[in-house]
Amino acid sequence: MGKSLITLEHISKSYDGQLILDDLNLDIHENSFVTLLGPSGCGKTTTLRIIGGFEKPDQGRVVFDGQDITSLAPNKRQLNTVFQKYALFTHMSIEENIAFGLKIKNKPDSYIKDKIRYALKLVNLEGFEKRMPDSLSGGQQQRIAIARAIVNEPKVLLLDEPLGALDLKMRQDMQYELKRLKEELGITFIYVTHDQEEALTMSDHIVVMNQGYIQQEGSPETIYNEPENAFVADFIGDSNIIRATMVRDELVDILGTKFACVDKGFGENKPVDVVIRPEDVELVAPSEGTISGVVTDLTFKGVHYEMDVEACGYEWLVHSTRLSEVGTKVGIKVDPFNIQIMNVPVSEDEEAISETI
Amino acid sequence: MRKVFEKIYLGIILIFMYAPIVTLIILSFNSSKSRAKWGGFTLKWYTRLFSDQAVASALVNTLSIAVLATIFSTIIGTITCIAMIGLNSKLRSVIMGITNIPMINADIVTGISLMLLFRFLHIGSGFTTILLAHITFNIPFVMLSVMPRVKSLNFYVYEAALDLGATPLYAFRKTMLPDIMPGVVSGALMAFTMSLDDFIITYFTKGSGFETLSTLIYNEVKRGIQPEIYALSAIIFVVVLSLLMIIYRSPNNKTKEK
Ligand SMILES: Nc1ncnc2c1ncn2[C@@H]1O[C@H](COP(=O)(O)OP(=O)(O)OP(=O)(O)O)[C@@H](O)[C@H]1O
Ligand SMILES: [Mg+2]
Repeated sequence: MGKSLITLEHISKSYDGQLILDDLNLDIHENSFVTLLGPSGCGKTTTLRIIGGFEKPDQGRVVFDGQDITSLAPNKRQLNTVFQKYALFTHMSIEENIAFGLKIKNKPDSYIKDKIRYALKLVNLEGFEKRMPDSLSGGQQQRIAIARAIVNEPKVLLLDEPLGALDLKMRQDMQYELKRLKEELGITFIYVTHDQEEALTMSDHIVVMNQGYIQQEGSPETIYNEPENAFVADFIGDSNIIRATMVRDELVDILGTKFACVDKGFGENKPVDVVIRPEDVELVAPSEGTISGVVTDLTFKGVHYEMDVEACGYEWLVHSTRLSEVGTKVGIKVDPFNIQIMNVPVSEDEEAISETI
Repeated sequence: MRKVFEKIYLGIILIFMYAPIVTLIILSFNSSKSRAKWGGFTLKWYTRLFSDQAVASALVNTLSIAVLATIFSTIIGTITCIAMIGLNSKLRSVIMGITNIPMINADIVTGISLMLLFRFLHIGSGFTTILLAHITFNIPFVMLSVMPRVKSLNFYVYEAALDLGATPLYAFRKTMLPDIMPGVVSGALMAFTMSLDDFIITYFTKGSGFETLSTLIYNEVKRGIQPEIYALSAIIFVVVLSLLMIIYRSPNNKTKEK
């Protein structure tokens, strides 16, 4: 990862007295694919709009390439945005839409023509020059919006849920296209989504947000395998999140049974939350398991079976390619590496978060 | 059976509404001065009308007032609507309510109050006062037709233009203006029509010695009606009717019907 390109320092923002972003700090590196991930209303768009210059933070600074741009007008910023809602110029043709930014910069006609052709090729919409925006499908419109942004060769492209309106197949195609585009252009992408799978597949760096706070940031692997709190664990995919007690280093008491784990430094006999991913719960013969229980529910999910196992008063979510019929007695085993220990939330805000789960 | 009754009913209504005007138009081509007798077809009242000095100057007055009032009220009304973009919707509807009141206010009240105001402010009566009065009563009509356009503006498009490097003014011109333009055009046509056929407010604010077509007709009628007046009224009717038809067919109304 390159040097730091955009830094948000102590950003706060409220609307009508309601605090939306609270002392947000974020460092975005050059050439990275950063994703802001969080539930609806958590302040993702607001953060993006502050970076784009469409909102001014109440407090804090936005630094771009070493320069404070907090009060710089959006048209003077070296970045371009693909908005959450389609924002094509409806009374201009596709060609005119894409040329808009270039004409403002007084680029020569031949250059503009080349750029239009190049951009349409990039988004796989060659030959659409003369069409009008409302004659395009949702996905095509969104791709034009992307083309319109990238012809300006911004250092940073901001994308606010650009695939939100597309169907699953189209989304997957576009995810691939966007990643390819990012490689080809070699620029920084700041991407907003509330879809955890999308975030995991596309990003170098994920920022998980909730209620205006950054809950955790890191690589997709870190976020998935080592969630720092129950909110992140729950938001990034299905999980078994269980209140437990850390007996001592590398030993945790889950539902009255001691499990070996690999985490240290939580103290002795301290309450903790443990996260065990459903695919990490191994179903074995009842005698071989650390604990045992009964399968209560079974759903076929395509790649795997999803099962609920009632054991020690907790309903364990299990993903497995091997089927165990409802009513079967099974044993549960978990590899020590797959038990993720997290601190129990302390502040009231965090408490509120874990209660909503 | 029901269909037949419906048609007859509609016919009667139309006769009631249009019989007077049709009579007027027919009489304007009647070569006999009598109102009761048909003396054959003629255009002489029209030719006489156009050679009449007083009519010519009233026509010039009417048109110049209508044109100027339209220009000013359209600009003021449109700018007001745009300025209201930033307001929250509650305040906006309050302001719209206030600006709508003069529209339903009786013309005679508006006319008299404007007259009193101009006297009080010592604004000389004649062209200026009529123009000011017309601008005043036209603004709400312009706003009424521009406001729905402003309300349905898509701000993301404006922001997208800024994002691509446009200055706020250029972004406004390229994104918002084309969207509100149909409303502005139909507002302007409406203002022009209202201004052309206003009599009461003009009458109260004109002072003496200054005539527009409507006040001229009124004065002539007082002196005993001349067939030239039929011709003049017929022309005004046709002009206003065509303007209304243009307004009705303007893109603003078309999209609203969708
Ligand atoms: N202009 C505004 N005026 C008042 N409140 C606003 C405004 N813009 C956003 N908010 C509020 O700020 C909060 C965060 O909004 P934001 O648009 O940043 O959410 P988001 O994370 O992008 O959500 P989504 O995934 O639904 O797009 C929401 O509660 C929203 O109601
Ligand atoms: Mg959003």
